[in-house]
Amino acid sequence: MSNEAILHGAHDTHAHDDHHGHEHHEQHFFTKYVFSQDHKMIAKQFLITGIIWAIIGALMSVFFRLQLGFPDKSFPIMEKFLGEWAKGGKLDPEFYYALVTMHGTILVFFVLTAGLSGTFANLLIPLQIGARDMASPFMNMLSYWFFFVAGVIMFISLFIQTGPASGGWTTYPPLSALKEASLGSGLGMDLWLISMSLFVVSSLLGGLNYVSTILNMRTKGMTMTRMPLTIWALFFTAVLGILSFPVLFSGFVLLIFDRSFGTSFYLSEIFIGGKALPNVGGSAILYQHLFWFLGHPEVYIIMLPGMGMASEILSTNSRKPIFGYFAMIISLVGITVLAFLVWAHHMFVTGMSPFLGSIFVLLTLLIAVPSAVKVFNWLTTIWKGNLRFTPAMMFALGFVSLFISGGLTGIFLGNSALDIHLHDTYFVVAHFHIVMGVSAFFGMFAGIYHWYPKMFGRFMNKPLAYIHFFATFIGAYLIFWPMHYEGIAGMPRRYYDFSAWESFKNYGSLNAFISIVVIIVFFAQLLFVYNFFASIWKGRKMTTQNPWGSTTLEWTTPINPGHGNWEGDIPEVYRWAYDYKDDGNGNDFVPQTTPLKPGEESH
Amino acid sequence: MSIFITVAITFLVLMIVYQIAQASEYAASLRGTEKEREKSTNKTMAILLVLFFFAGLYAIWLCHDKLKGQLLLTSASKQGEAYDSMFLVTVIVTGIVFLITHALLFWFAFKYKATNDNQKSYFLAHNNKLELIWTTIPAIVMAVLVAIGLRNWMNITSAAPKDAAVVEITGKQFNWIIRYPGKDNVFGKRNYKDINDATNILGINDKDPASADDIVAQNGEVHMVVGKPFKFIIGSRDVIHDVGLTHFRLKMDAVPGITTTLWFTPTITSAKMKEMTKNPNFVYEISCDQMCGKGHYSMRGTIIVETQEEYDAWMAKQSPYFAAAAPAVDSTKPAVDSAAVAAK
Repeated sequence: MSNEAILHGAHDTHAHDDHHGHEHHEQHFFTKYVFSQDHKMIAKQFLITGIIWAIIGALMSVFFRLQLGFPDKSFPIMEKFLGEWAKGGKLDPEFYYALVTMHGTILVFFVLTAGLSGTFANLLIPLQIGARDMASPFMNMLSYWFFFVAGVIMFISLFIQTGPASGGWTTYPPLSALKEASLGSGLGMDLWLISMSLFVVSSLLGGLNYVSTILNMRTKGMTMTRMPLTIWALFFTAVLGILSFPVLFSGFVLLIFDRSFGTSFYLSEIFIGGKALPNVGGSAILYQHLFWFLGHPEVYIIMLPGMGMASEILSTNSRKPIFGYFAMIISLVGITVLAFLVWAHHMFVTGMSPFLGSIFVLLTLLIAVPSAVKVFNWLTTIWKGNLRFTPAMMFALGFVSLFISGGLTGIFLGNSALDIHLHDTYFVVAHFHIVMGVSAFFGMFAGIYHWYPKMFGRFMNKPLAYIHFFATFIGAYLIFWPMHYEGIAGMPRRYYDFSAWESFKNYGSLNAFISIVVIIVFFAQLLFVYNFFASIWKGRKMTTQNPWGSTTLEWTTPINPGHGNWEGDIPEVYRWAYDYKDDGNGNDFVPQTTPLKPGEESH
Repeated sequence: MSIFITVAITFLVLMIVYQIAQASEYAASLRGTEKEREKSTNKTMAILLVLFFFAGLYAIWLCHDKLKGQLLLTSASKQGEAYDSMFLVTVIVTGIVFLITHALLFWFAFKYKATNDNQKSYFLAHNNKLELIWTTIPAIVMAVLVAIGLRNWMNITSAAPKDAAVVEITGKQFNWIIRYPGKDNVFGKRNYKDINDATNILGINDKDPASADDIVAQNGEVHMVVGKPFKFIIGSRDVIHDVGLTHFRLKMDAVPGITTTLWFTPTITSAKMKEMTKNPNFVYEISCDQMCGKGHYSMRGTIIVETQEEYDAWMAKQSPYFAAAAPAVDSTKPAVDSAAVAAK
């Protein structure tokens, strides 16, 4: 079917819908808000589910930071939340590991994968390429509901008697494969695997949809090279997910077999619980290869949407075209390709062949090049601009800062000769929290503040947004900067208590300091959450279609677009997405829908 | 009950804060035009960002000043010395990049804030020469860092010298078991199916003549001779562990079913380190660096680096495992064990 036919087809159904809407009644509550097939509603579902998971995940980090910061104190409030697991207000070690594991799983997969790309791919792809909806709205709906069910199962696992999975978010076997190895490796791990398998299904349904929508459903004139960088970034995010999640899934299937059907894919020569297991010949390292073949691209699945949104927001609020549009696309391609070739840098110390290790060193440090190109392009984008510090812009600037800080420490860890000391220390914790945790969150916050008016027709409260920004920005650096020092001193991650260690116990007061900042930052995030929900009903109303003076298509839709996005025809596109220039009428931007003037050259 | 009160109070506070923020936004909307307000916000934010930058620089210095005393002393192994210098080079390179890019970021943010109606952006969209420059320079810098890294990596992972002493270190939930080969310098064969926590903690084959003089230390204490290369033969009985040697700047996973190795030459004795750190309790520690279950954080081993004489004196006091262990009643069992398992 040609592009044109799809557009017309979609248009026809839209007209039909419209007709219904006028003649009869509103859409039923269930089809509008629950089993919605409207990409904008699905985006909101992903976002709100993500926010709820983020609160749960962050609260978990507050609990285990209380333990780390004040190992000799007890907190009765914890017992209220965790019950038996924190008897007398003292966190149980077994549950400490469960919390760490769940914190990682929830934040990496449920919040920063589903909550981030699920939200913005759904919201922005049709709106920015000029489509009425996704290629398959039904699959899109399924994608959300698979995610929802995955979430329900994960949530249930928090309440079972033996506790949720507790082998770290990477769930390396044999620890995760053997019930004897830890409490969390029992039913909790089974639920974890089921939940994550459903999550993979959700992610694939979503990803395939995003790719086919971007490739097939662009409006007339929207060539690939006229697309906003957000769309390019979301495109590569989806490609990464489609190619790597199945590999993770295969790793899970083998793990399920080892756990329940007596196979020995990952198990060999193990003596545990007082007896020798019959399993021989498996390789525990195989799982790590399968896991990190997703695990590393996953980092970029988390980062790329933020990069795309930061590019868009920096350009819009600098009133300048993004600098080096093509270089930005090429660097995205570079990052995407390299993302598949570097997974073993998580495994330098597993006893892997040192020669193989050196290949991965080379490929890993290569990623620094496209990343550096992006940073320099962002810096040049704001250079000689006319900067408006909207909340979104603040977060986009913060994103760049954190991306630099976290990216640079990656150069240490990617170099195996340095990783051999820093591996699995707090240096790693600091590195990935800054770069794929906080920085990705900043990309997400920027996106939320920027597109909130498009989602709800209202603005979020600005003073609160600024407070939120500074509290988070300062807090993030206060938490994670000193952690590098702990890591350089060799302090291992995932320790429940350091007080018995001669080498690490002198960091006690620093740990207490970090924990206090964590609590403050947690409450600052609640400020954001409240702002988000309250502004849906009470925020300042959007009065103009294009509040930020953007060039892209989403701002040509009505203030509260219905299903189908545009009333009447889908606009046609005549120019690239970053035509910030003097239009001759005193404006500093030309929307993509404005035809070229006689004699004007397209970019 | 108190949990609901906590949540309710949090909610109430948030509500009040939101109302105040809303009110302040409305109040601001009464003052001046929207454009004016935007300009003043831009100015405030630009100033705050610059303040953040300078406060940040000061905080970085303060943090370093406070924590540098708690960093580890110079490395206690030859391999670690190369590590420390490479680390320093990387810190300097990344530090320069960090400072330059951040200075530019905050300087541009301050300088180009929109506070003037006549201000127009410089609508620059691309410049291939610039792109080429900042693709090439990082590529060259990375090449240098990779070259240094791979040279060190090759050294660290090279084969141990022929005269290296061997020590076997086996992880189990949640402690380390150390084995020395004894006078013959050969370890007796092991089979995990022969493991018995009471009498044969490593599953050593007592029929193997090489086993006879093997020494097993269950307290997780490794003795090493200063200036002598030692090779660690690393394994695990149950889940994955990791031999973390912070002071020697090394680590290696202990994986069940696989043998990994690591060698290094300690350069500073434990006694000397006690003097250098002015800490009489100082001890080289082996930390488990791979999550291994609920006791992960307590899986501690120690290393005593001493002179050859001290080492010999200590070694002389050790008795072979099978001499010390209970009567070898169990020794008949292993032979049939595998057959029995297969029959099941």
